[in-house]
Amino acid sequence: MKITMAHGSGGKATSDLIKNIFAKHLHNPVLARMEDSAVVKGANIIAMTTDSFVVTPLFFKGGDIGKLAVCGTVNDLAMSGAVPKYLTCGFILEESADTDDIERIVISMAMTAIEAGVIFVAGDTKVIEGKGGIYLNTSGVGFLSGNENISSANCKQGDVVILSGNLGDHHATILSARMNITNSIESDCAPLNEITKKLLENSIRIKFMRDVTRGGLATVLNEFAVSSKCCIMLQEEHIPVLEQVRGFCDILGLDPIYMGNEGKMVSIVAREDAQKALDIIRSCRYGENAAIVGEVISGEENTVLMKTSVGGTRIVPELFGESLPRIC
Amino acid sequence: MIDYKKFLKEYDGRSIKIMEVCGTHTAEIAHNGISGMLSENINLVSGPGCPVCVTVTAYIDKLIELSKNPNNVIATFGDMLRVTGKSQNLNDVRAMGADIQMVYSPMDMLKFAAADKTKTFIFAAVGFETTTPVYALLLEEAIKNGITNIKLLTSLKTMPAVIDWVCAKKGGIDGFLAPGHVSVITGSQIFNEISEKHNIPFAVSGFNGEQILAALCALVKSCGKPNVINLYPSVVTEEGNQKAQKLVEKYFSHCDAAWRGMSVIKNSGMMLKDEYLNFDAGSVELITDQVHNPKCRCAHILIGSLKPYECPLFGKECTPQSQQGACMVSTEGSCYNYYINKR
Repeated sequence: MKITMAHGSGGKATSDLIKNIFAKHLHNPVLARMEDSAVVKGANIIAMTTDSFVVTPLFFKGGDIGKLAVCGTVNDLAMSGAVPKYLTCGFILEESADTDDIERIVISMAMTAIEAGVIFVAGDTKVIEGKGGIYLNTSGVGFLSGNENISSANCKQGDVVILSGNLGDHHATILSARMNITNSIESDCAPLNEITKKLLENSIRIKFMRDVTRGGLATVLNEFAVSSKCCIMLQEEHIPVLEQVRGFCDILGLDPIYMGNEGKMVSIVAREDAQKALDIIRSCRYGENAAIVGEVISGEENTVLMKTSVGGTRIVPELFGESLPRIC
Repeated sequence: MIDYKKFLKEYDGRSIKIMEVCGTHTAEIAHNGISGMLSENINLVSGPGCPVCVTVTAYIDKLIELSKNPNNVIATFGDMLRVTGKSQNLNDVRAMGADIQMVYSPMDMLKFAAADKTKTFIFAAVGFETTTPVYALLLEEAIKNGITNIKLLTSLKTMPAVIDWVCAKKGGIDGFLAPGHVSVITGSQIFNEISEKHNIPFAVSGFNGEQILAALCALVKSCGKPNVINLYPSVVTEEGNQKAQKLVEKYFSHCDAAWRGMSVIKNSGMMLKDEYLNFDAGSVELITDQVHNPKCRCAHILIGSLKPYECPLFGKECTPQSQQGACMVSTEGSCYNYYINKR
């Protein structure tokens, strides 16, 4: 069935859509009340975030826009040390969007939510004119105990940079799909709250945690270097990148450290805790390829450097503009 | 390998300048941090080998003019979107509603053109010997399939004439890291004549850090002697890709060409042959060059007589966010690379 303006009218078509797809797959006692707002149990300190998703194509190897919408918000909550709890979801549907596609997306959201331990407590649907596009927004609330020990203020020389796995998989997957290139690369789209939870439970002294999304590792670390006035030295040969992704990047003139990921995080931890933190991350479902990729050094403040594989050193700047494939 | 590195770091002979001609070499040298691995007597200079960087302002303005016709769709490689003409770039006009598509392969044009016959699809056909065969192939396929709504706005350049021009300018270049991609098509032989004429060595090199270091080492050792050293024999032969050369000759002929900031260089370009001018979108008019900011030193930077930071605009009016000269636009441009890598 195709979406029409009637599905956004608030009448029978809307309630059928909600009943047959959204409520059917995302059901839980809170959502079942179908009130104007969800009333839920809380915590003294909460983390709250929101994100919108406009990816093309909607379905790609390793995920889809629904999985992305859950993971994106769950990961943003997790990076602040929170335990993700509640999500809301807004669907903006263009006329002629396919309800089978919508259902596939909602099922994917439901499965990812179960894995991440969150529930959907509220939702909304709007229909607009267009050509069948589907856009999502998710907001999320996570609980904090107040004892989470994440502070960049005491970042110091010798602190260690740990990356949770291979870079560039998601970006390369999306580009491959758009360019009709067949390869074995899959998106890394995944919830990372198991990793953050275990790091915190084991009292790792975390100076910084961030999911490595748009702008890539280089951009995330530059933001940290500037905010904490430090210098980071990365080791090129220790940065994990899948062989297929590296080949793909070489052809298009892209650099994996600037590519977006949807299931990778970088953390900076006290040197004494580095091995323990690495072991913890590697023991988690989405951290098996984790690696120590660099450290905080005494050097020019606000700077990220890279020791290159051939033995040179270069500055790793933040991303300027859009990462455009080169011409030859 | 350690020997190359040691040799290049400890070289204490006379001060020499080596020009890397290809933009991809420029980017890889920066990416691998190679400058810092060399003795201070070995200086690397970026040459005019980035096709986007050498494209004249008038070309961009022509593309912008064409994009304002609602019957036209402009297709281009990504880097070209950011190059500013007199006052605007293609990103600006796209934001105002012009139909501008970024593509990864010119061959995509065939699909676009077949799908919408009411529009004319104009490809921003810039490039060196490496890219020109693809445009020839595009025309070959278009003609074969009876597709007539494809046109090229060409700004095609060839390497030997511009390298000869750089040598004649006597910027003090002692050796050339020859463009690997171009050599795949042309063969390493195209450098023989210039090498002899100017007593300068050429090393045809691949693009990874180790390959570049090996080529630099060979060049330093050959300084002052004519020599064409092929260190990329796995893909570069003496004669090159003759099939591609024949295809290019079928559709294109040599012509004088305007290079940004470097004026018109004799016999340094290619354009569509007269019998295929129905595929041309107006390239014939584009024989002049106007530098939009008189303080811009792109021309000197492209021939190696100035380093990017010696341009009065570098890092001030001209940055990757607000480019004045073309060398700051492309990720292969020498100013862009100097700026972001503080090379």
